[in-house]
Amino acid sequence: MKCGVVTFPGSNCDQDMILALREGMGVETVSLWHKDTDLQGVDLVVLPGGFSYGDYLRSGAIARFSPIMGEVMRHAERGGYVLGVCNGFQILTESGLLPGALLHNASHKFICKNVHLRVQSPLSPITAGLEDNGVFKIPIAHGEGRFHASEEVLKELNDNGQVLFRYCTEEGSITPEANPNGAAENIAGITNRHRNVMGMMPHPERAVDSDLGNSDGIALFESLFAHMVSVAR
Amino acid sequence: MLDSFAPTTVENAIELGLLPEEYAKICEVLARTPNFTELSVYSVMWSEHCSYKNSIVWLKTLPKEGPHLLAKAGEENAGLVDIGDGWACAFKIESHNHPSAVEPYQGAATGVGGINRDIFTMGARPIAQLNSLRFGRIEDERTQWLLKGVVKGIGNYGNSFGIPTVGGEVYFDDCYLQNPLVNAFSAGIVKVGEQLSAKAQGVGNPVYIVGSSTGRDGIHGAAFASKDLTEDSANDIPSVQVGDPFQEKLLLEATLELSQTGAVAGMQDMGAAGITCSTSEMSAGGGVGMDIHLDRVPTRQDGMTPWEILLSESQERMLVVVKKGRETEVEAIFAKWDIHCAEIGVVTEGPAVRYFWHGDLVGDLPAESLVLGGGAPVYYREFREPAYYKAYQEFDIQNVAVPQNLHAVSQQIIALPNIASKRWVYEQYDSMVGTVNMSTNSPSDAAIVKVKGTDRALAMTVDCNSRYVHADPEVGTMIAVAENARNIVCSGGVPSAITNCLNFGNPYNPEVYWQFVGAIKGMSRACEQFKTPVTGGNVSFYNQTVMGNKAEPVFPTPTIAMIGLVEDKSHVMTLNFKEKGDLIYQLGTSREDISSSQYLVYHHGITESPAPFFSLEEEYALQEQVKMLIRQGVLQSAHDVSEGGLFVALMESSMAGNLGFDVTTDSEIRTDAFLFGESQSRVVVTVAPDQEEAFIDLMMLNGVEFDLLGHVTKGSIRIDDEEWGQVAEYKDRYDNALHRALGAA
Repeated sequence: MKCGVVTFPGSNCDQDMILALREGMGVETVSLWHKDTDLQGVDLVVLPGGFSYGDYLRSGAIARFSPIMGEVMRHAERGGYVLGVCNGFQILTESGLLPGALLHNASHKFICKNVHLRVQSPLSPITAGLEDNGVFKIPIAHGEGRFHASEEVLKELNDNGQVLFRYCTEEGSITPEANPNGAAENIAGITNRHRNVMGMMPHPERAVDSDLGNSDGIALFESLFAHMVSVAR
Repeated sequence: MLDSFAPTTVENAIELGLLPEEYAKICEVLARTPNFTELSVYSVMWSEHCSYKNSIVWLKTLPKEGPHLLAKAGEENAGLVDIGDGWACAFKIESHNHPSAVEPYQGAATGVGGINRDIFTMGARPIAQLNSLRFGRIEDERTQWLLKGVVKGIGNYGNSFGIPTVGGEVYFDDCYLQNPLVNAFSAGIVKVGEQLSAKAQGVGNPVYIVGSSTGRDGIHGAAFASKDLTEDSANDIPSVQVGDPFQEKLLLEATLELSQTGAVAGMQDMGAAGITCSTSEMSAGGGVGMDIHLDRVPTRQDGMTPWEILLSESQERMLVVVKKGRETEVEAIFAKWDIHCAEIGVVTEGPAVRYFWHGDLVGDLPAESLVLGGGAPVYYREFREPAYYKAYQEFDIQNVAVPQNLHAVSQQIIALPNIASKRWVYEQYDSMVGTVNMSTNSPSDAAIVKVKGTDRALAMTVDCNSRYVHADPEVGTMIAVAENARNIVCSGGVPSAITNCLNFGNPYNPEVYWQFVGAIKGMSRACEQFKTPVTGGNVSFYNQTVMGNKAEPVFPTPTIAMIGLVEDKSHVMTLNFKEKGDLIYQLGTSREDISSSQYLVYHHGITESPAPFFSLEEEYALQEQVKMLIRQGVLQSAHDVSEGGLFVALMESSMAGNLGFDVTTDSEIRTDAFLFGESQSRVVVTVAPDQEEAFIDLMMLNGVEFDLLGHVTKGSIRIDDEEWGQVAEYKDRYDNALHRALGAA
């Protein structure tokens, strides 16, 4: 098992992700540079959070043209695993690897806080090992995280069990009050049809180190890696 | 505007903000008349902002010695403190008040950019930011515009740059209506011995400018910051710089990569006065000179003149002296990060800094004559005790009636803008990037930041109750230092050092200067007591607005930021109540004192009273006791008593733990003073019942007064057996007061 975390210019959660995977989860993890075209044989590519290229145009809009993204697309087409978190999720929707788009938060303000996520589909790698309908406390930090998609796409996502997580209250109720950014149907994360490309706005890598008082993210990564190992066998 | 080469007159000097005697001094130093470029250089380097000419005499009296200091105040871009395990912490606070008053978004954003550059220029990676913000009354439309702009500016810059904002303070008071204060702090860490110096070294070494191109933005920014605001200050908006956090992020990564190569012989960021300041300060610091070719500086606009290039305050630029022969290596790192770099000159024997324009000498100035500590002017200003000071001492609590319904008062107090949760503000800042913030899920009085790869953590705080400082500059500033230290001690840390941002009115006003002198004296006394040397900071004068004939200075606001060391991060102490049934104690002495309290000002409308009671010795003894109790492991929580008094301290611990409290007041003291008075040197702690005996034994050791107040409940708030409702009701008021005032969800 080998992970690679891409550093785009302006990525700022790349080192957090590397540390969480390498030291928190004990998984071999390499750093991938946006100008490179070699994925170094990784099983999982992670696109981390941050403000790639400053995100002055539209979040993720320029990063998708980075040299390494061509390889990431091919990796995904071959069935390789890709996880995008926050800005990484935005890059995945911009590049068409995931449907929908991430718009400015309904409040038009950046929001950083702990939110609660309720597990939706148990079918994807990052949720397969989680308790059905389980609730996890994971932080968000974004200005453009309002998931948006057409009615058709939303229906498809729901019908195929492609919704990974929805924002919920601490007790697990999926309510408008629990929706921090106005996302359609409280959607916090989705996967593609083949379930090998996953994107989510919340930051599981910020909930791995017990020194920070929240380790809820560990279960998500454990689920992902357990699934990848079982498939590899 | 004159031609760059044109000779000047005293009238030109006055137009540029210099005094006639300063112009005479320049002519004397040069033994000739300066040309317009040279005069422009002096005008910014000798401005208040760069030269500290009206404050340096007093700043020199501040304690600067400490066992852990690796770089003292003024030696480098920021102070550097040894934090053990081979690591050092670089930290500093700076103001961006004037730009934020006219262009809140960019003013605040570039403040964040500037302070972070000060840190990473030293080779230290920033790991946490704080800020201290002050505005007029929250109901005012202009306040709301300023607040929203400043918070968005800090957020957008800091969030993109990727360093967590882990704490801060926001105050509202009428005195800041026209003059908001925006003070930004950053702390970074660097391996001892790997820090970069801001002194130019090595004759013959090439000098590079790196980062953004130079434009016309921010010209005369330093001069703008060195005068009062007026009705016409909006015309100075072109003096406000524009920030690019993406460029700053690239500069950060490239700089830190560069610091590992050993190819750098000196580096300084460009802040106030741009190329002028960095070339002259680096030269003077290293005892060398420089030849700089201004026509080789990449510019953003066509037709820029030499003096414009020299004075530009375009952001995200650095001056780098590279060891000769290692240019390719350095250029490759900048290329990797897509950062422009251009060789613009060379280090010379000096002592002159010489500026060239297409081969012609356009400025030839002794570096030493330009800088603070060198030839820049130094003034002793007159000061005079203002009449209000004695008048405030006349205040008598006996003339204030105790309100009938203290329950209702408590509901008002918890929702006062200065006391209520600042969630509206801090949720717009990324507080968790970097995965170092240990306070997100378990809050302490100070922000606790993990030092990765060690068992250590840093505690950091920023604090100043300027109402106290106004009432009594010396005592008020001692309180500011003491509260910082108390917050760090209550978090399980040991205070290390401070940095300050001294925000005052016009130094030519003797009453303002009296406030300044008092603040310096108070800071010195307190810093000596807590063994926290002053490692640097800045002075921001002219925080007053002239409207018609009246100048209203802000409250004297010596913002203090302190860092402390938590040697073992498992000993961090938190403020939230832990268990129903835990005993609640107050350490320290309750006094019949409501002076300068939020309660007195906002419930009774009385603004004229002295600073609250404070004794440096009592404070120190209290802090030593708290340190010992935490080390002995007998406390469940610790939280200091500050604005809003004991009631608010209890409430904050309650709300953070989702538990309530049942306490009894002291019949010897007026109940309003007991609950809402702000006399200093008190801490609320909780103790588990099975630890009570051990706790009391430790308390008996050295005479710090302590009182059993009551115990932690499941959720109800009871005072003297009277039911005051549930913690959730108070939490709703506390959490949402700012949202309600600002009309936003």
